Order: sequence, then structure tokens, then C-alpha cells
Amino acid sequence: MQPTLLALKNVDVFYGRIHAVRRATLHVRQGEIVALIGGNGAGKTTMLCTVSGLIRPGQGSIMLGDQDIVSRTPEQIVRAGISHVPEGRLVFSPLSVEDNLRLGAYTRPRFRQREGIATDLEAMFDMFPVLRERRAQPAGTLSGGEQQMLAIGRALMARPRLLLLDEPGMGLAPMVVKDIFRHIVNLRDRLGLTVLLVEQNARSALKIADRGYVLENGRVILQGTAAELLANRDVQRAYLGRELDE
Amino acid sequence: MDSSSLLQYLITGLTLGSTYGLTALGFTIIFNTTGVINFAQGEFVMLGGMMSVFLVRVLGVTVPLAVPLAALGTMLTGALVERLAIRPVRGCPSINLVIITIGVSILIRGLAMLFWGKDTHVLEPFSGDQPVMVLGAAIMPQAFWVLAISVILLTGLKLFFSLTTQGKAMLACSFDPKAASLVGIGVQRMVMLSFMISALIGAVGGIILTPITMTSYDKGIMLGLKGFAACILGGLGNPFGAAAGGLILGVLESLGAGFVSSAYKDALAFIVLLILLFVKPSGLFGQKDAKRV
Repeated sequence: MQPTLLALKNVDVFYGRIHAVRRATLHVRQGEIVALIGGNGAGKTTMLCTVSGLIRPGQGSIMLGDQDIVSRTPEQIVRAGISHVPEGRLVFSPLSVEDNLRLGAYTRPRFRQREGIATDLEAMFDMFPVLRERRAQPAGTLSGGEQQMLAIGRALMARPRLLLLDEPGMGLAPMVVKDIFRHIVNLRDRLGLTVLLVEQNARSALKIADRGYVLENGRVILQGTAAELLANRDVQRAYLGRELDE
Repeated sequence: MDSSSLLQYLITGLTLGSTYGLTALGFTIIFNTTGVINFAQGEFVMLGGMMSVFLVRVLGVTVPLAVPLAALGTMLTGALVERLAIRPVRGCPSINLVIITIGVSILIRGLAMLFWGKDTHVLEPFSGDQPVMVLGAAIMPQAFWVLAISVILLTGLKLFFSLTTQGKAMLACSFDPKAASLVGIGVQRMVMLSFMISALIGAVGGIILTPITMTSYDKGIMLGLKGFAACILGGLGNPFGAAAGGLILGVLESLGAGFVSSAYKDALAFIVLLILLFVKPSGLFGQKDAKRV
């Protein structure tokens, strides 16, 4: 079995007086795709933001490999090997597609890794050919699906060990979502990337995931392999939209 | 009205306007990275002028050396302001930060008064004071310096933001601070950098203007306000608009002083600003807030 890459232990997160994440414990092994599912306000996004350092947890530990990353800044966490593709993609709209990708490599030494960065840029263009076509275009003029690809490409430019993906399918047509998810599987299979995925669309997330956690009101209420969760009656009823009395 | 005096006013206006433009640009850069109007911007302009006077008159430094030193000194002041007054309260609502910058400007002005006194100081023009006759208009050589240095500074900034990674990272911070920190850009460092750059631009504007208008510890108030007016005139947050707004304001002021009355010189800038805010609140080159959902 692969070693654990990311481990959260008893993590509590507060927004003011709101207890957004309660004693969450979860782990992601190297090379796994793990899905976090749950309804609106379940604390999924908060959990990702806590891992990437945008939010500081009240309590608990977050380990990346054998380093504790709990009190680090987002910048240090990117350097430690975690890239976060935020909800809503948040590309730098007025900047060109290429500039967006290059800024993804911001934490890498620009002069020593000049060639490595150029190679990776080409690799991103090979993976998402539409980005090559639009490399000089402002990122804001891209379609939603293209922006999602750009956001993923930008995150990959930092050469992460762990990729955090927040709602990559949000607001996209089903065909586009399928395409993006195919890319995510590819990244794991070809690059050995580890992925922690948050998705409203529980079915498509669990289809590509190895394991999953179900969140409700900030708590992990259920965990298991993707197959187990897909077969679980509670999950089916709450998140897969299946009417059991049909 | 004859064409030579029109040209005269135009050149005077452009000279004055380019320093307003530089001040406005200073406002814009800090606004873009922090969302805060830095009301100490005018003090950076004053510090540039006063420091260069101090270096030349008291310490006997030559002008070509005093200019970069004064600019550097002001840049350090900008860094200190960020580190001591802005960073400790990061995360506060913008309005609190704006009030803090007003406090900082009063402090800087007060210290300048204690250190350099209340007198008005002069600095010799960089290359003499023999006016050059151009098409019947008498133009001071310093005007050429002001225009040339402003153009160089603007070009440099343009290159910084469009070619260097640090420049783009700073833009990225202004477009989306959250996404910027997620790619590993230290947003706080960028805020400091924006204070340093703004201080530098303000200082250079102050230095090159001093031989024309002289300087004193309280020079920053009016220059700051005019720069702010220019900034709003061009559309807040738009660097091109800021520079253009400065030039327009300078020219209007000079024409107003020449053809109407110089008594209303300072009022004109604000009258124009008020009219504009009624007619087109987003500024001449500002875009309406339109977001794709």
C-alpha cells in the first residue's frame, strides 16, 4: 500500500462563531484520487482552503508527508508541493493564457528552472491543445471549460505532489465535465499525481475516485471506497438523487 | 488669444500635469494591490522634493547624485510605511486603512516640518534657467526634464508590468489576491513592493517639479489632492487613465490660469472633478463594473 501523503487529524475550523469544520480526520495516499462529497455548506471548500493555508484551523494537525503544514502561509504550502485549483477557477482574466500558466510556476526558481518551466508549458499545451491556440488571448475571454483547463494547468505548473480541485465541473456542460474528469484521471495515471477532489456532482466524482468522504455540517459522516459509497443507500438517497421507493 | 501663448500654457500645463499624472499613478498602483487610497501619496512627492533640496543644499551632494538618492530615500520611507502602518492591520476594512494613511501623511508632514522647518526651499534647475524659445513660447529647460523623465518612468513601469514576472505577479494580486496566493505569490510582499514603487514614482515627480514650483513641508497636501483628482478623472484603478487624467488636469489648470484667472487655479481641478463625478462617475477612461457570471 502506498504511503500517506496528506493527513488531517481532528481539524476544527471556525468562521467567526460558526463552526465550519468539526474534528475532521481524513487522509489521502500517494497516487490516490479521493473525493469529498456533501451538500452546500457541508464544509468541503473550507476543508480545501484550510489545507492550502487560506484559512487557519482552530485546532488539529495537517501533515504533508512528514511535515506539519498547519501554520504555514499559502505561499509556503505551494512550495511544499500542494496546488489548489479554487472554486470558480479564478484565472487572472486580463492576463494572457500563457502569463497565467507562467505565474503558476511563480514559486519555482525562474532562472535555474527556465528550461524546465518551458518544457512544462509545452506539456500543458500538449495536454490542453485549446490553450495553445489561445495562448496570447486574455484568460477572461475563454469559455468556462477552457478556463477550468487553464486553472488546472496553472496549478500543475508549480509541479505539485498533491492537487486540490474544488468543483471543477461547476457550471459546465456535461460533456465538458466528462472531458475534465478524463484529464484528472490521466494526470494520476501518467504523472502519478495525487488528487483531493471536491464535487457537488457526487456520482461523477465517485466514478473516478478511489475513495471518498461524505461531509455533512462540517463533519465527516461516512467514508469508504468509491464503490462502497456508490452502493450506499444513504449516499444514494442524499447525493445521487435516487428515489429508493421507485 | 494668440498661438504662442496657447503653446506656452499648454507646455506649462503638460509639465505640471505630468507630475500630477505620476502622483495619480502612485495612487493607482497601491489601490490596485490593496484596494486602499493611500493619502500619504502626496507626502511621498513632498519628501522627494525636500530630500533632494536637503541633499544638495545642506550636504552638498551634486544634483545627478541627489536625485536618485532622494528617490531611494523616499522609496525606503514607502517600505517603512507599509511595514509599520499597513501590515500590522492587514485584513481590516479598507476604510480603516485609508484613515491610517491620512494619519501617516500628517505624521510625515509633521516630521518634515520639525526637521526642515517651515520655510520654502528652492532647488536649481537641472540645466540652467535660460528659457528656450519654441514657436514664440518661452520654455524653461526644466520643463523638458520633467517631460522626459516622466516619459521614461512611464515606459519603465509599462515594461515592468508587461514583461517581468514580478510585475505580472503584482497585477495578478490586483486581479485576484486569493488566486495569487494560491500560486504562491506572497501578497504581502507585493503590497510592500507597491508602496515602494508608488513612493518612488511620487518622489521622482516631486524632485523634478521642485525647481519649477519650489517646495516646503506642506507641499504634499495640494499635490496629493490634485493627483487624487487626476486619478478619479481618468478612472480609478486604470494606470493609463491616471497618467492621462494628470495631463488633462494640468493643461486645464494652466489654461484656466492663463485665460480666466490664476486665482481660481487650484479650484479648477476640483470643479472639473465634481462635474465629472456628476456626469460620468466611473471616470473618463474607467469601465463600468461589468462582471461575467
